[in-house]
Amino acid sequence: MESFTPVTGLIGGIIIGLAATLLLWFNGRIAGISGIFNGLVTARRKGDTLWRFLFILGMVAGGVVHQNFIEHSYQPLNAPIWLLVLGGMLVGFGTSMGSGCASGHGVCGLGRLSVRSLTAVLIFLSVGILTTYVMRHLLGVL
Amino acid sequence: MAHIHKFKLFAFLAGFLLSFGISYAGMINPNKILAFLDVTGNWDPTLLVVLGGAVGVTLITFRFVMRLPKPLLHHQFVLPTLTKADRPLIIGQVVFGMGWGLIGYCPGPVFSSIALGYAEPVIVMLSMVAGAFMYKWVNARK
Repeated sequence: MESFTPVTGLIGGIIIGLAATLLLWFNGRIAGISGIFNGLVTARRKGDTLWRFLFILGMVAGGVVHQNFIEHSYQPLNAPIWLLVLGGMLVGFGTSMGSGCASGHGVCGLGRLSVRSLTAVLIFLSVGILTTYVMRHLLGVL
Repeated sequence: MAHIHKFKLFAFLAGFLLSFGISYAGMINPNKILAFLDVTGNWDPTLLVVLGGAVGVTLITFRFVMRLPKPLLHHQFVLPTLTKADRPLIIGQVVFGMGWGLIGYCPGPVFSSIALGYAEPVIVMLSMVAGAFMYKWVNARK
């Protein structure tokens, strides 16, 4: 457990919660990243795209600013391309079908006491743990 | 008119802050996500602290925000209408969990890390888009 970082984790988590609060309080929207992004690519509606684009642009900028000016903590997996493509496609398919990812169902859905979101979180957490176990300990990948 | 511009500005700010929080919490690093999912390996429980911090905030703030008649910059709240865990949610979240467990990237960290000069998050993002279109296609054929 030498890589456990509870202090920055807690502060970062609080910042994430405040960001979701900001978007709901000012714009009336749920900060679900997959949903906001899907409204730009697979479910475009006229007059409903610019704010989505700016939200994603803000996300791109937020990562760049923190990583360049505060701490460079990002490290690529250096995974083979087929694995990145397969994983990315499953994430895109699954979040579209399951209407959300960790931000929408996790941060916002749990905050709204949604049983649907709690179910989603328990499923993606347990399937994620199981998948990583199979990959690392049974197949020896990554 | 000023309201419309502020709406877009706050979309950018919320995206920036959300991504900054993801990065600050260390969740931008897919290796750290996989270290969380790998419960039988060298386990890093940070993700639980991050989720706890974020949900700790939204549990409190959302209660107050949702009591308002409308958000500050829009005529109404735009909230998810589905409340039950239906089949698409369950199957979709299983698929998402599989992708997440394979590569440790979910949509938030993908956008936080996309402009840091690495090809990996770009490949994952493009594959996510492909997966989202595949779901749209499958869903339209039903």
